[in-house]
Amino acid sequence: MSTKLTNLKLKIWRQAGPDDAGRFETYEIPEISDEASFLEMLDILNERLIEQGDEAIVFDHDCREGICGTCSLMINGQAHGPQRASATCQLHMRTFNSGDEIVIEPWRARAFPIIKDLMVDRAAFDRIVESGGFISAPTGGAPDANLTPIPKPVADAAMDAAACIGCGACVAACPNGAASLFTSAKLSHLNRLPQGQAERFRRTEAMVDTMDDYFGSCTNHGECQAACPKEISIDMIALMNSDYRKAKFKNRKNLSRI
Amino acid sequence: MSINLDSKIPEGPLADKWDNFKADEKLVNPSNKRKFKVIVVGTGLAGASAAATLAELGYQVEAFTFHDSPRRAHSIAAQGGINAAKNYRGDGDSIHRLFYDTVKGGDFRSREANVHRLAQVSVDIIDQMVAQGVPFAREYGGLLDNRSFGGAQVSRTFYARGQTGQQLLLGAYQQMARQIGLGNIKLWNRMELVDVVTVDGRCAGIVTRDLMTGEVSSHAAHATVLATGGYGNVFFLSTNAMTCNVTAAWRAHRKGALFANPCYTQIHPTCIPQSDDFQSKLTLMSESLRNDGRVWVPARAGDDRAPDQIPEAERDYYLERLYPSFGNLAPRDISSRAAKRAVDNGQGVGPLRNGVYLDFSDAVSRLGKDTVEERYGNLFEMYERITGEDPYSVPMRIYPASHYTMGGLWVDYELMTSIPGLYAAGEANFSDHGANRLGASALMQGLADGYFVLPYTISNYLAPLLNQPVPGTDHEAFKVAENAARDRFRQYLSIGGTRSPDYFHRELGKIIWDYCGMERSQQGLEKAISEIPALYDEFCKDLRVTGGGDSLNQTLEKAGRVDDFFQLGMLMCRDALDREESCGGHFRTEHQTDDGEALRDDDNFAHVSAWEWTGDPSNPNLHKEHLEYEVAKLQTRSYK
Repeated sequence: MSTKLTNLKLKIWRQAGPDDAGRFETYEIPEISDEASFLEMLDILNERLIEQGDEAIVFDHDCREGICGTCSLMINGQAHGPQRASATCQLHMRTFNSGDEIVIEPWRARAFPIIKDLMVDRAAFDRIVESGGFISAPTGGAPDANLTPIPKPVADAAMDAAACIGCGACVAACPNGAASLFTSAKLSHLNRLPQGQAERFRRTEAMVDTMDDYFGSCTNHGECQAACPKEISIDMIALMNSDYRKAKFKNRKNLSRI
Repeated sequence: MSINLDSKIPEGPLADKWDNFKADEKLVNPSNKRKFKVIVVGTGLAGASAAATLAELGYQVEAFTFHDSPRRAHSIAAQGGINAAKNYRGDGDSIHRLFYDTVKGGDFRSREANVHRLAQVSVDIIDQMVAQGVPFAREYGGLLDNRSFGGAQVSRTFYARGQTGQQLLLGAYQQMARQIGLGNIKLWNRMELVDVVTVDGRCAGIVTRDLMTGEVSSHAAHATVLATGGYGNVFFLSTNAMTCNVTAAWRAHRKGALFANPCYTQIHPTCIPQSDDFQSKLTLMSESLRNDGRVWVPARAGDDRAPDQIPEAERDYYLERLYPSFGNLAPRDISSRAAKRAVDNGQGVGPLRNGVYLDFSDAVSRLGKDTVEERYGNLFEMYERITGEDPYSVPMRIYPASHYTMGGLWVDYELMTSIPGLYAAGEANFSDHGANRLGASALMQGLADGYFVLPYTISNYLAPLLNQPVPGTDHEAFKVAENAARDRFRQYLSIGGTRSPDYFHRELGKIIWDYCGMERSQQGLEKAISEIPALYDEFCKDLRVTGGGDSLNQTLEKAGRVDDFFQLGMLMCRDALDREESCGGHFRTEHQTDDGEALRDDDNFAHVSAWEWTGDPSNPNLHKEHLEYEVAKLQTRSYK
């Protein structure tokens, strides 16, 4: 049966727009069920604010099942809060205790400018994918799906990497604001598969170079892995670096052949 | 207004219709394609695959999403899988069988020709997605694995763990991203459609609102595709994502597009039961769980012993008992109603007695925990996070919830709505699932429409328009629509009442769920039809939207969506009242067999109900498209 948490104090980042300085504001939650999700608590708070005539707190969210990657909160300094391997939307109030003070901030990274309150702009991720995060296979010309057997361990490893939800927690957790885990997850997904080989090195160079245009550099802190709601391993970054080094040679060699 | 309900089904035997269409359709030559602009609204499976493919073909494509990125679309949350008639198992599957299962699963209320085409192109989808690098589950030999889903006696479902929708959407998104990078698609993100514009009866484009700045602007095109999903959030509580809405389809409806079968909504049998009143959404547990989980309730009403204290003999495995040949894999509508009956009968389980058990203890002892974990590990984890219970040791609790809507914009065989030049694809249209959709068929339909249907049919419309001038955004009709949209949003801000949009949405959802949910009756529907306008009136007078109209304002966005849900809700109840039969997801208590199964009335209701907007939401005009069954003969659906 559900029990109630009482006297929570929320310190929430409010910022009217990209150019506003922003500040913390404090809100009291006198009582909330431990069955409520963290975002449901914010829904209830927002409904109260609207009915009082105040502007609701802006935060990104959508599927509330931990798969769309839209939600994005730093909770007490941790990306997606204290529960391992889950997105903010999967966090429930039973993780907290009565009387807790909870600090809620947006992702903080130079590549993710704040739009309003807790919402940030993660368009730089799309730019990385657009530069090479795909297999060029126009509709219509595909051979039979069983033509190329893929060993199960390879398919499974590709799936482990493909599980990335693009939420940006890795960037938010990284002291350098690097996007190496995100980029390497996509590369490890596509570069491992037989279908991905034709573009492997072109893809690697393009995505890494685009990543470097927007994000900081990786210095192997490993915070990204700890924050990732899908537990994507930093081994992917090693694979990316290895492929990037190869790509730098191979792509030049390919060019000289033209 | 004259309505043309010509479904444009091609000539010839059923199995040849699609080939005959392709042989006869008008084409646009490659160098002329760039002269045509196509707008695609929505970037889920149908929208992303359509935008990518149309751009590959050479059309100028503009894609719109209200999300920050196309990858957030709700297709991403589909768990279980995607059907295709590959017959890789050699277990008797074929295009004909997938076609027949889908027509029968839809309780003989879908259009045969569309469904057959869907089954035909299903095999191409798997090929295409594997070529894109979608990491479908494989066997040790490296070939693709399959699982079974409800309503079928073959294994034809391809899957990527419990994240099939995510992997397919990422595949389509990446294909689209490639075209964005190449400059062939212009992407407008965080832009919401607020109106559809027609000039001389044809669709001339759309009006959008920039969610970041509140700016209302116009976009003209030769053709427009709405791939904007379903309207399941009309129930407030559903498995849909929080921002899923009916606005695009509804605004098109108000401009003349007929809305078909709005009462056909799917209530999914395996969701986590509601835990409290504040709940914002319900979470689906994939139907694939029914492959290995067994559904049961205590045989005695009010039995409140813990599940492991109830001996086998005192359990009622009601699906296995009632439907021995399909058992726990009975179709969704049938499984949902059976669960509702058990709970209504006092046999419900859990603290609120609002669920039934889905028990994996047999599967764990038969297959071992490792195999169960490999198949369903992420679903079990999701369940544990939400409920705090471990499904390896305690049976899951599940209950039906609104999940998918079979109804939608009426479209002809070419997926064109009743407005020339306006298309609807994926869940936004009504065409393929009849009165009930089978599991793993939504992903199939979204991708079929976007990859393999629209790119063919759209040229049939565009070819004759070559070098013809089309209205630009300076046309009067765009200005009128822009001003109406600005006024509407200004109005929400100026009401200054006392209640938030969510309050009204929740109240509306309660009415729709109670009277137009899993079971409907004349009395209940009449009650809903009288209560909704009263609540809508209160919404118009007592809504409170704080903040302004010229910057990001999620409360204002929500107000617009709830407004459209109100109007749709009235139409849904009206349609449900009009359809004096039970079929698929539409169950009228007055029309059931002696043992409580749906009782169809083929003499009077073998038709599509396509509703025309008249300006008065409670008084729409009904048009009927008669459904012919030449190959799948009408028969009573039985899963016993």
